[in-house]
Amino acid sequence: MGSEEKSRVGAQVITVSSGKGGVGKTTATANLGISLASLGKRVVVIDADIGLRNLDIIMGLENRIVYDLVDVVEGRSKLRQAMIKHKRFDDLFLIPAAQTRDKMSVSPEDMVQVTDDLRQECDYILIDSPAGIERGFRNALEPADEVLIVTNPEVSAVRDADRIIGLIEAAEKGPGKLIINRLKTDLVRKGEMLSSDDVYDILGLDIIGIIPEDELVLSASNSGVPVTLNMNSQAGLAFNNIARRIIGEDVPFMNLHGNPSLLRRFLRLFDGR
Amino acid sequence: MGIIKSLFGRRNRGSGATAKDRLRFVLQHDRIHLPPERMEAMKREILAVIARYLVVDQDRVEIDLEQRDRRQSKLIAEVPFTGQQPANNAADAQLPAMSADTADKA
Ligand SMILES: Nc1ncnc2c1ncn2[C@@H]1O[C@H](COP(=O)(O)OP(=O)(O)OP(=O)(O)O)[C@@H](O)[C@H]1O
Ligand SMILES: [Mg+2]
Repeated sequence: MGSEEKSRVGAQVITVSSGKGGVGKTTATANLGISLASLGKRVVVIDADIGLRNLDIIMGLENRIVYDLVDVVEGRSKLRQAMIKHKRFDDLFLIPAAQTRDKMSVSPEDMVQVTDDLRQECDYILIDSPAGIERGFRNALEPADEVLIVTNPEVSAVRDADRIIGLIEAAEKGPGKLIINRLKTDLVRKGEMLSSDDVYDILGLDIIGIIPEDELVLSASNSGVPVTLNMNSQAGLAFNNIARRIIGEDVPFMNLHGNPSLLRRFLRLFDGR
Repeated sequence: MGIIKSLFGRRNRGSGATAKDRLRFVLQHDRIHLPPERMEAMKREILAVIARYLVVDQDRVEIDLEQRDRRQSKLIAEVPFTGQQPANNAADAQLPAMSADTADKA
Protein backbone atom coordinates (compact mmCIF):
# COMPACT_ATOMS: atom_id res chain seq x y z
CA MET A 1 0.00 0.00 0.00
CA GLY A 2 2.29 2.75 1.26
CA SER A 3 5.20 1.22 -0.63
CA GLU A 4 3.45 1.85 -3.93
CA GLU A 5 5.06 5.23 -4.51
CA LYS A 6 8.63 4.30 -3.84
CA SER A 7 8.53 0.93 -5.58
CA ARG A 8 6.97 2.35 -8.73
CA VAL A 9 10.16 2.49 -10.76
CA GLY A 10 10.44 0.70 -14.08
CA ALA A 11 7.82 -1.85 -14.98
CA GLN A 12 4.12 -1.53 -14.33
CA VAL A 13 2.70 -4.45 -12.39
CA ILE A 14 -0.74 -5.50 -13.63
CA THR A 15 -2.68 -8.12 -11.72
CA VAL A 16 -5.44 -10.09 -13.44
CA SER A 17 -8.09 -11.25 -10.98
CA SER A 18 -11.76 -12.17 -10.91
CA GLY A 19 -13.27 -13.59 -7.75
CA LYS A 20 -15.10 -16.40 -9.50
CA GLY A 21 -13.03 -19.18 -11.02
CA GLY A 22 -12.94 -20.16 -14.66
CA VAL A 23 -13.89 -16.80 -16.14
CA GLY A 24 -10.72 -16.39 -18.21
CA LYS A 25 -7.94 -14.92 -16.05
CA THR A 26 -5.25 -17.27 -17.32
CA THR A 27 -6.44 -16.89 -20.90
CA ALA A 28 -6.33 -13.11 -20.52
CA THR A 29 -2.91 -13.06 -18.86
CA ALA A 30 -1.36 -15.27 -21.55
CA ASN A 31 -2.87 -13.28 -24.40
CA LEU A 32 -2.06 -9.88 -22.95
CA GLY A 33 1.51 -11.01 -22.30
CA ILE A 34 1.89 -12.08 -25.89
CA SER A 35 0.16 -9.00 -27.29
CA LEU A 36 2.33 -6.66 -25.23
CA ALA A 37 5.44 -8.53 -26.34
CA SER A 38 4.34 -8.32 -29.97
CA LEU A 39 3.99 -4.56 -29.46
CA GLY A 40 7.67 -4.52 -28.59
CA LYS A 41 7.37 -4.42 -24.83
CA ARG A 42 9.51 -6.41 -22.40
CA VAL A 43 7.11 -8.55 -20.40
CA VAL A 44 7.23 -11.01 -17.52
CA VAL A 45 4.11 -13.01 -16.71
CA ILE A 46 3.89 -14.63 -13.29
CA ASP A 47 1.60 -17.53 -12.45
CA ALA A 48 0.48 -16.84 -8.89
CA ASP A 49 -1.91 -19.77 -8.83
CA ILE A 50 0.31 -21.94 -6.61
CA GLY A 51 -0.78 -25.57 -6.69
CA LEU A 52 -2.88 -25.12 -9.83
CA ARG A 53 -0.20 -24.18 -12.34
CA ASN A 54 -1.77 -23.43 -15.74
CA LEU A 55 -0.28 -20.38 -17.39
CA ASP A 56 2.68 -22.50 -18.60
CA ILE A 57 0.49 -24.89 -20.55
CA ILE A 58 -1.69 -22.15 -22.01
CA MET A 59 1.48 -20.44 -23.26
CA GLY A 60 2.98 -23.66 -24.57
CA LEU A 61 5.94 -23.58 -22.18
CA GLU A 62 5.12 -26.51 -19.92
CA ASN A 63 8.08 -28.66 -20.97
CA ARG A 64 10.69 -26.00 -20.28
CA ILE A 65 10.12 -25.57 -16.56
CA VAL A 66 13.09 -26.17 -14.30
CA TYR A 67 12.45 -23.80 -11.40
CA ASP A 68 9.29 -22.12 -10.21
CA LEU A 69 8.10 -19.17 -8.12
CA VAL A 70 8.38 -21.06 -4.83
CA ASP A 71 11.96 -22.10 -5.68
CA VAL A 72 12.78 -18.42 -6.08
CA VAL A 73 11.02 -17.38 -2.89
CA GLU A 74 12.70 -20.13 -0.89
CA GLY A 75 16.12 -19.37 -2.35
CA ARG A 76 16.71 -22.56 -4.35
CA SER A 77 16.88 -20.66 -7.59
CA LYS A 78 17.86 -17.23 -8.80
CA LEU A 79 15.05 -15.19 -10.34
CA ARG A 80 16.74 -15.40 -13.75
CA GLN A 81 16.83 -19.19 -13.64
CA ALA A 82 13.08 -19.39 -13.10
CA MET A 83 12.27 -17.10 -16.01
CA ILE A 84 11.31 -19.15 -19.07
CA LYS A 85 11.73 -17.39 -22.37
CA HIS A 86 8.85 -17.63 -24.82
CA LYS A 87 9.46 -19.52 -28.05
CA ARG A 88 8.61 -16.62 -30.34
CA PHE A 89 9.34 -13.53 -28.29
CA ASP A 90 12.78 -12.91 -26.85
CA ASP A 91 11.44 -10.31 -24.45
CA LEU A 92 8.60 -12.37 -23.00
CA PHE A 93 9.21 -14.52 -19.93
CA LEU A 94 7.10 -16.74 -17.72
CA ILE A 95 7.70 -17.44 -14.05
CA PRO A 96 5.64 -20.56 -13.43
CA ALA A 97 3.78 -21.46 -10.25
CA ALA A 98 4.79 -24.47 -8.17
CA GLN A 99 2.48 -27.36 -8.83
CA THR A 100 3.02 -29.39 -5.67
CA ARG A 101 2.91 -26.67 -3.04
CA ASP A 102 0.09 -24.66 -1.51
CA LYS A 103 -0.63 -20.96 -1.55
CA MET A 104 0.85 -20.41 1.89
CA SER A 105 4.35 -21.04 0.57
CA VAL A 106 4.32 -17.53 -0.92
CA SER A 107 3.50 -14.35 1.01
CA PRO A 108 2.36 -10.96 -0.27
CA GLU A 109 5.75 -9.56 0.77
CA ASP A 110 7.49 -12.24 -1.31
CA MET A 111 5.52 -11.09 -4.33
CA VAL A 112 6.52 -7.48 -3.74
CA GLN A 113 10.15 -8.59 -3.49
CA VAL A 114 10.01 -10.63 -6.70
CA THR A 115 8.31 -7.89 -8.71
CA ASP A 116 10.63 -5.20 -7.34
CA ASP A 117 13.60 -7.29 -8.47
CA LEU A 118 12.04 -7.51 -11.94
CA ARG A 119 10.93 -3.92 -12.38
CA GLN A 120 14.20 -2.69 -13.78
CA GLU A 121 14.34 -5.46 -16.35
CA CYS A 122 11.03 -5.10 -18.12
CA ASP A 123 8.13 -2.84 -19.02
CA TYR A 124 5.19 -4.90 -17.80
CA ILE A 125 4.76 -7.59 -15.18
CA LEU A 126 1.46 -9.44 -15.47
CA ILE A 127 0.28 -11.56 -12.56
CA ASP A 128 -2.28 -14.31 -13.08
CA SER A 129 -4.27 -14.42 -9.86
CA PRO A 130 -5.98 -17.54 -8.57
CA ALA A 131 -9.77 -17.51 -8.08
CA GLY A 132 -11.16 -16.66 -4.68
CA ILE A 133 -10.49 -13.99 -2.09
CA GLU A 134 -7.92 -15.82 0.00
CA ARG A 135 -4.15 -15.83 0.30
CA GLY A 136 -3.47 -16.45 -3.39
CA PHE A 137 -5.50 -13.40 -4.33
CA ARG A 138 -3.74 -11.34 -1.65
CA ASN A 139 -0.39 -12.45 -3.03
CA ALA A 140 -1.34 -11.33 -6.51
CA LEU A 141 -2.85 -8.05 -5.32
CA GLU A 142 -0.08 -6.78 -3.04
CA PRO A 143 2.47 -5.76 -5.72
CA ALA A 144 -0.14 -4.48 -8.20
CA ASP A 145 -0.03 -0.99 -9.68
CA GLU A 146 -3.14 -1.75 -11.69
CA VAL A 147 -5.78 -4.47 -11.42
CA LEU A 148 -7.76 -5.91 -14.29
CA ILE A 149 -10.92 -7.70 -13.21
CA VAL A 150 -12.13 -10.39 -15.57
CA THR A 151 -15.80 -11.26 -15.50
CA ASN A 152 -18.37 -13.00 -17.67
CA PRO A 153 -21.77 -11.45 -18.47
CA GLU A 154 -23.46 -13.80 -16.06
CA VAL A 155 -24.95 -13.25 -12.58
CA SER A 156 -22.55 -15.19 -10.38
CA ALA A 157 -19.42 -13.93 -12.14
CA VAL A 158 -20.60 -10.32 -11.88
CA ARG A 159 -21.53 -10.73 -8.24
CA ASP A 160 -18.11 -12.15 -7.41
CA ALA A 161 -16.44 -9.40 -9.44
CA ASP A 162 -18.26 -6.86 -7.29
CA ARG A 163 -16.92 -8.52 -4.16
CA ILE A 164 -13.37 -8.48 -5.49
CA ILE A 165 -13.71 -4.85 -6.56
CA GLY A 166 -14.69 -3.95 -2.99
CA LEU A 167 -11.61 -5.75 -1.65
CA ILE A 168 -9.35 -4.11 -4.22
CA GLU A 169 -10.65 -0.69 -3.21
CA ALA A 170 -10.26 -1.50 0.46
CA ALA A 171 -6.62 -2.39 -0.23
CA GLU A 172 -6.22 0.99 -1.96
CA LYS A 173 -5.45 -0.69 -5.26
CA GLY A 174 -8.60 0.54 -6.95
CA PRO A 175 -10.52 1.32 -8.95
CA GLY A 176 -9.30 -1.28 -11.45
CA LYS A 177 -10.60 -1.92 -14.93
CA LEU A 178 -12.98 -4.52 -16.29
CA ILE A 179 -12.48 -7.17 -18.93
CA ILE A 180 -15.80 -8.65 -19.97
CA ASN A 181 -15.03 -12.07 -21.39
CA ARG A 182 -17.13 -14.61 -23.29
CA LEU A 183 -19.77 -12.18 -24.47
CA LYS A 184 -22.21 -13.91 -26.79
CA THR A 185 -23.38 -11.19 -29.11
CA ASP A 186 -26.35 -13.10 -30.51
CA LEU A 187 -27.70 -13.72 -27.01
CA VAL A 188 -27.20 -10.09 -26.02
CA ARG A 189 -29.11 -9.02 -29.09
CA LYS A 190 -32.00 -11.26 -28.09
CA GLY A 191 -31.96 -9.81 -24.59
CA GLU A 192 -30.93 -13.18 -23.19
CA MET A 193 -27.55 -12.13 -21.85
CA LEU A 194 -26.29 -9.16 -19.85
CA SER A 195 -24.75 -6.66 -22.25
CA SER A 196 -21.45 -4.91 -21.59
CA ASP A 197 -23.47 -1.77 -20.81
CA ASP A 198 -25.46 -3.71 -18.22
CA VAL A 199 -22.26 -4.93 -16.58
CA TYR A 200 -20.88 -1.41 -16.62
CA ASP A 201 -24.08 -0.03 -15.04
CA ILE A 202 -23.93 -2.61 -12.30
CA LEU A 203 -20.24 -2.56 -11.45
CA GLY A 204 -19.46 1.05 -12.29
CA LEU A 205 -15.89 0.35 -13.40
CA ASP A 206 -14.32 1.38 -16.67
CA ILE A 207 -14.21 -1.37 -19.25
CA ILE A 208 -10.80 -1.88 -20.81
CA GLY A 209 -11.96 -4.61 -23.15
CA ILE A 210 -14.79 -6.87 -24.26
CA ILE A 211 -13.85 -10.34 -25.47
CA PRO A 212 -16.38 -12.31 -27.48
CA GLU A 213 -17.01 -16.00 -26.96
CA ASP A 214 -14.71 -17.67 -29.46
CA GLU A 215 -14.18 -21.35 -30.17
CA LEU A 216 -10.65 -20.58 -31.26
CA VAL A 217 -9.77 -19.99 -27.59
CA LEU A 218 -10.17 -23.72 -27.00
CA SER A 219 -8.06 -24.68 -30.01
CA ALA A 220 -5.49 -22.18 -28.81
CA SER A 221 -5.26 -23.78 -25.40
CA ASN A 222 -5.14 -27.22 -27.00
CA SER A 223 -2.10 -26.22 -29.01
CA GLY A 224 -0.44 -23.88 -26.50
CA VAL A 225 -0.49 -20.99 -28.93
CA PRO A 226 -2.62 -18.20 -27.45
CA VAL A 227 -5.43 -16.95 -29.63
CA THR A 228 -4.00 -13.48 -30.05
CA LEU A 229 -1.44 -15.03 -32.42
CA ASN A 230 -4.32 -16.20 -34.61
CA MET A 231 -5.22 -13.47 -37.10
CA ASN A 232 -8.67 -14.98 -37.64
CA SER A 233 -9.75 -14.80 -34.05
CA GLN A 234 -12.10 -12.09 -32.84
CA ALA A 235 -11.13 -12.84 -29.25
CA GLY A 236 -7.47 -12.57 -30.22
CA LEU A 237 -8.08 -9.19 -31.79
CA ALA A 238 -9.97 -8.03 -28.72
CA PHE A 239 -7.07 -9.06 -26.45
CA ASN A 240 -4.68 -7.23 -28.71
CA ASN A 241 -6.83 -4.12 -28.42
CA ILE A 242 -6.62 -4.33 -24.64
CA ALA A 243 -2.83 -4.54 -24.84
CA ARG A 244 -2.79 -1.44 -27.01
CA ARG A 245 -4.99 0.38 -24.50
CA ILE A 246 -2.58 -0.66 -21.75
CA ILE A 247 0.33 0.98 -23.53
CA GLY A 248 -1.74 4.12 -23.88
CA GLU A 249 -3.15 3.90 -27.39
CA ASP A 250 -6.67 5.13 -27.94
CA VAL A 251 -8.29 2.11 -29.56
CA PRO A 252 -12.00 2.20 -30.37
CA PHE A 253 -14.08 -0.72 -29.13
CA MET A 254 -14.79 -3.45 -31.66
CA ASN A 255 -18.31 -3.51 -32.95
CA LEU A 256 -19.62 -6.72 -31.45
CA HIS A 257 -23.18 -5.92 -32.47
CA GLY A 258 -24.00 -6.22 -28.82
CA ASN A 259 -26.92 -3.81 -28.89
CA PRO A 260 -25.05 -0.76 -27.60
CA SER A 261 -27.15 1.71 -25.67
CA LEU A 262 -28.08 5.03 -27.21
CA LEU A 263 -25.75 6.78 -24.82
CA ARG A 264 -22.87 4.53 -25.78
CA ARG A 265 -23.54 5.10 -29.45
CA PHE A 266 -23.68 8.82 -28.84
CA LEU A 267 -20.37 8.75 -26.95
CA ARG A 268 -18.82 6.68 -29.69
CA LEU A 269 -19.39 9.54 -32.10
CA PHE A 270 -16.77 11.36 -30.09
CA ASP A 271 -14.69 8.29 -29.32
CA GLY A 272 -14.29 7.39 -32.96
CA ARG A 273 -13.20 10.89 -33.87
CA MET B 1 -36.26 1.56 -7.36
CA GLY B 2 -39.71 0.16 -7.99
CA ILE B 3 -40.37 2.64 -10.77
CA ILE B 4 -36.99 2.10 -12.38
CA LYS B 5 -37.51 -1.62 -12.22
CA SER B 6 -40.85 -1.54 -13.97
CA LEU B 7 -39.50 0.78 -16.65
CA PHE B 8 -36.69 -1.65 -17.38
CA GLY B 9 -39.09 -4.54 -17.26
CA ARG B 10 -41.35 -2.99 -19.85
CA ARG B 11 -38.55 -2.22 -22.25
CA ASN B 12 -36.92 -5.61 -22.27
CA ARG B 13 -38.47 -8.81 -21.04
CA GLY B 14 -35.54 -11.11 -21.80
CA SER B 15 -33.72 -13.01 -19.07
CA GLY B 16 -30.84 -10.56 -19.44
CA ALA B 17 -33.03 -7.85 -17.92
CA THR B 18 -34.06 -10.18 -15.11
CA ALA B 19 -30.40 -10.91 -14.46
CA LYS B 20 -29.69 -7.21 -14.17
CA ASP B 21 -32.52 -6.61 -11.69
CA ARG B 22 -31.54 -9.57 -9.57
CA LEU B 23 -27.90 -8.53 -9.53
CA ARG B 24 -28.83 -5.00 -8.51
CA PHE B 25 -30.83 -6.32 -5.60
CA VAL B 26 -28.29 -8.79 -4.35
CA LEU B 27 -25.37 -6.37 -4.74
CA GLN B 28 -27.14 -3.65 -2.76
CA HIS B 29 -27.15 -5.97 0.19
CA ASP B 30 -23.71 -7.47 -0.45
CA ARG B 31 -22.18 -4.02 -0.52
CA ILE B 32 -23.61 -2.77 2.76
CA HIS B 33 -23.13 -6.16 4.42
CA LEU B 34 -26.76 -6.12 5.46
CA PRO B 35 -28.81 -9.09 4.32
CA PRO B 36 -32.43 -8.48 3.26
CA GLU B 37 -33.90 -9.99 6.43
CA ARG B 38 -31.86 -7.63 8.68
CA MET B 39 -32.96 -4.76 6.49
CA GLU B 40 -36.62 -5.74 7.00
CA ALA B 41 -36.09 -5.94 10.75
CA MET B 42 -34.56 -2.45 10.71
CA LYS B 43 -37.49 -1.05 8.73
CA ARG B 44 -39.93 -2.53 11.24
CA GLU B 45 -38.06 -0.94 14.14
CA ILE B 46 -37.88 2.46 12.47
CA LEU B 47 -41.61 2.37 11.75
CA ALA B 48 -42.38 1.30 15.27
CA VAL B 49 -40.61 4.38 16.63
CA ILE B 50 -42.40 6.69 14.22
CA ALA B 51 -45.69 5.07 15.05
CA ARG B 52 -45.28 6.08 18.68
CA TYR B 53 -45.54 9.69 17.58
CA LEU B 54 -47.61 9.61 14.41
CA VAL B 55 -50.51 7.63 13.06
CA VAL B 56 -48.75 6.03 10.11
CA ASP B 57 -50.54 4.90 6.99
CA GLN B 58 -48.79 1.51 7.02
CA ASP B 59 -49.98 0.44 3.57
CA ARG B 60 -48.32 3.35 1.81
CA VAL B 61 -44.98 3.28 3.58
CA GLU B 62 -41.97 2.94 1.33
CA ILE B 63 -38.46 2.52 2.63
CA ASP B 64 -35.88 1.80 -0.05
CA LEU B 65 -32.18 1.48 -0.33
CA GLU B 66 -30.68 3.60 -3.04
CA GLN B 67 -27.13 3.19 -4.26
CA ARG B 68 -25.18 5.52 -6.44
CA ASP B 69 -22.05 3.45 -6.38
CA ARG B 70 -20.11 1.06 -4.20
CA ARG B 71 -19.36 3.66 -1.53
CA GLN B 72 -22.53 5.69 -1.39
CA SER B 73 -25.80 4.25 -0.27
CA LYS B 74 -28.80 5.98 1.16
CA LEU B 75 -32.03 4.99 2.71
CA ILE B 76 -35.04 6.77 1.27
CA ALA B 77 -38.17 6.66 3.36
CA GLU B 78 -41.63 7.84 2.56
CA VAL B 79 -43.86 7.56 5.59
CA PRO B 80 -47.36 8.97 5.07
CA PHE B 81 -49.28 9.64 8.30
CA THR B 82 -52.78 10.80 9.10
CA GLY B 83 -52.29 12.49 12.48
CA GLN B 84 -50.39 12.42 15.71
CA GLN B 85 -50.52 9.97 18.57
CA PRO B 86 -51.73 11.16 22.00
CA ALA B 87 -48.90 12.95 23.86
CA ASN B 88 -48.46 10.33 26.59
CA ASN B 89 -47.89 7.67 23.95
CA ALA B 90 -44.86 9.48 22.58
CA ALA B 91 -43.45 10.39 25.95
CA ASP B 92 -43.36 6.82 27.21
CA ALA B 93 -40.06 5.44 25.91
CA GLN B 94 -40.79 2.01 27.33
CA LEU B 95 -43.78 1.49 25.08
CA PRO B 96 -43.62 -1.66 22.96
CA ALA B 97 -43.19 -1.36 19.25
CA MET B 98 -46.61 -0.25 18.06
CA SER B 99 -49.47 1.58 19.63
CA ALA B 100 -52.82 -0.14 19.83
CA ASP B 101 -54.22 2.42 17.44
CA THR B 102 -51.99 1.62 14.43
CA ALA B 103 -51.84 -2.08 15.23
CA ASP B 104 -55.60 -2.19 14.74
CA LYS B 105 -55.39 -0.70 11.29
CA ALA B 106 -52.57 -2.97 10.19
N1 LIG C 1 -13.43 -15.79 -24.91
C1 LIG C 1 -13.52 -17.12 -24.72
N2 LIG C 1 -14.21 -17.88 -25.59
C2 LIG C 1 -14.31 -19.22 -25.38
N3 LIG C 1 -13.78 -19.87 -24.34
C3 LIG C 1 -13.10 -19.18 -23.44
C4 LIG C 1 -12.92 -17.76 -23.56
N4 LIG C 1 -12.19 -17.33 -22.52
C5 LIG C 1 -11.91 -18.41 -21.76
N5 LIG C 1 -12.44 -19.53 -22.29
C6 LIG C 1 -12.35 -20.90 -21.75
O1 LIG C 1 -12.79 -20.86 -20.41
C7 LIG C 1 -12.09 -21.77 -19.61
C8 LIG C 1 -11.51 -21.08 -18.39
O2 LIG C 1 -10.54 -20.15 -18.79
P1 LIG C 1 -9.29 -19.80 -17.87
O3 LIG C 1 -8.56 -21.02 -17.47
O4 LIG C 1 -8.54 -18.72 -18.55
O5 LIG C 1 -10.04 -19.21 -16.60
P2 LIG C 1 -9.42 -18.81 -15.19
O6 LIG C 1 -10.18 -17.64 -14.72
O7 LIG C 1 -7.95 -18.66 -15.29
O8 LIG C 1 -9.76 -20.09 -14.31
P3 LIG C 1 -9.23 -20.43 -12.83
O9 LIG C 1 -10.06 -19.59 -11.91
O10 LIG C 1 -9.50 -21.88 -12.68
O11 LIG C 1 -7.78 -20.08 -12.78
C9 LIG C 1 -11.02 -22.38 -20.51
O12 LIG C 1 -11.48 -23.63 -20.95
C10 LIG C 1 -10.94 -21.41 -21.68
O13 LIG C 1 -10.57 -22.05 -22.86
MG1 LIG D 1 -6.40 -19.60 -14.11
